[in-house]
Amino acid sequence: MSVVLSAQKLDKRFGAVVAADALSIDITAGQKVSLIGANGAGKTTFVNMVTGYLKPDRGSIVLDGIDIARHSPRRVAGLGISRSFQIPQLFVELTTAENLAVAIAGTHPKTLSLHSPAEAKGRRERAVELLQRFGLAQLADRPISELAGGVRKLIDIAMALVRRPKLLLLDEPTSGVSAEEKFSTMDRVIHAVAPDAATIVFVEHDMDIVSRYADRVVAFYSGRIIADGSPLDVLKDPEVRRYVTGGAR
Amino acid sequence: MARPNLFLMLLPVIAITLLGRALPTWTLSLAAIAAANALVALGIVVLARTGNVSFGQGLFFAAGGYGVALIANHFGLTDAVAQMLIGAVCGGLLGLVIGPLIARYSGIFFGMLTLALSMVFYGALLKTTVLGGSDGFNVGRPTLFGIHFVDTREADFMLYAIAVVTTGLAAIAAKILFQSEFGLASLAVRENNLRVEYLGISANRVIATNFVIAAAFAGASGAFALMAQRHIDPQFAYWTTSGEFVFIAVLAGYQSVSAVFVASLALELVRSFSNLYLPNTWQLVLGIFLLAVILFLPRGIGSLWSRERRKTGDSAATPAGEGAAT
Repeated sequence: MSVVLSAQKLDKRFGAVVAADALSIDITAGQKVSLIGANGAGKTTFVNMVTGYLKPDRGSIVLDGIDIARHSPRRVAGLGISRSFQIPQLFVELTTAENLAVAIAGTHPKTLSLHSPAEAKGRRERAVELLQRFGLAQLADRPISELAGGVRKLIDIAMALVRRPKLLLLDEPTSGVSAEEKFSTMDRVIHAVAPDAATIVFVEHDMDIVSRYADRVVAFYSGRIIADGSPLDVLKDPEVRRYVTGGAR
Repeated sequence: MARPNLFLMLLPVIAITLLGRALPTWTLSLAAIAAANALVALGIVVLARTGNVSFGQGLFFAAGGYGVALIANHFGLTDAVAQMLIGAVCGGLLGLVIGPLIARYSGIFFGMLTLALSMVFYGALLKTTVLGGSDGFNVGRPTLFGIHFVDTREADFMLYAIAVVTTGLAAIAAKILFQSEFGLASLAVRENNLRVEYLGISANRVIATNFVIAAAFAGASGAFALMAQRHIDPQFAYWTTSGEFVFIAVLAGYQSVSAVFVASLALELVRSFSNLYLPNTWQLVLGIFLLAVILFLPRGIGSLWSRERRKTGDSAATPAGEGAAT
């Protein structure tokens, strides 16, 4: 399988805090990679660097032969990397379908129509089709401000999917979801994402989710990768048990 | 969302224009000024949908006015429609220069920069003797398609019709724009411009485009003000002129296009009558009027009839990294 994304020797410091210390990771097409680690370990910093929100102090991030380490989030999105957020980043005054319509507009940013209605034929259908995958079609015309946190999370992911990304990064897709609903939520996400995003990287704290859905697990500690491999191997690793899972498994 | 029916939107414009035939003469000029001021305020509303307020629309208002005045005096161009179009082009071109630069800023910095630029322009006009300095200069009476209006009422009606038709067409264009893909992206920029960038859309480009539209509207209105006064001076660019346009936009709110015209007319009426009956304290009456609207209609006059379900409150405009673990 080919490498979709190759990050090499990434350094990132915030004053005295080391958020990334010579991080190197290759992501292969088709993988479902879970990033684990305690708060402050560097997982979200890695996601923010890959998506252009943060610029690494040193190192390279290569996507399809292009170094994107200094690219803006917009350029990174244009090259095929999408993300969702730990706290869903939605337009709360707009409806669900309108949120997706903005995401659809992002697929042709230089030719935004000044006269054609935002939810014109085709765009509306595409938005509803995406919502159907998540079982949310009935919420198309509801304002985001009326929706619960778990539903917002799914809509945030649906918006990231609009571009049919080469690489999809999900920041804690089940955080804020109840223990009873976490597997059904993740099932919906994996099912919905499957047709459009073959390669997924997700940040996760729940080891049950990690062991069930990830092909590969990368464990972070103090800005370093301390383990990288199959869920079975990584979750048994003594360092991971000591610094990440606390002996959860 | 269905495409707005163009014919239905044109009907009130035609009706209000024809209504001018029945209106008393004194109301014609009042309504014409209200409509022209509403055009600038409409531009501010267009821009406000991206979350940015311009406190310096007087800059483009003056650019339109001075541009038309210079062309009228040098080339003898007196046609009202041509003057309105030239005013829009002058304002729009200046907006095209400033817009991309100023779009990098937001909030109070954006507002203060627009104000500063308009005051720089004001200062430059004040010192430019070839443009009449602080006294400004006069221009001839406008014509329409070669017709000279000698009768005062006919001249007033012509100006009224030009103002109503121009602002009416601008309102229709704004209505279509608000419901378009670009209009939706503008609202998204207002809420969370970083998320917009993550979706692949340039927030700066969206803001700059809206800025140019607002500048063109202000330029056209400046041309109208010139036609009505037949005189131009640096006061066109002064901050109190810009403040008045913001005043109308705040009264109107950003939800409804027609609210801008109602707000502008309401302001003109309150000002005229308070000036008539309370000549020394009319500004106080205006202030109380604005406070009352803000207190009882915080989303503007347009919220009285707007059917849009735009709700404020739990904003998602948290920066992407905020609240996230490292």
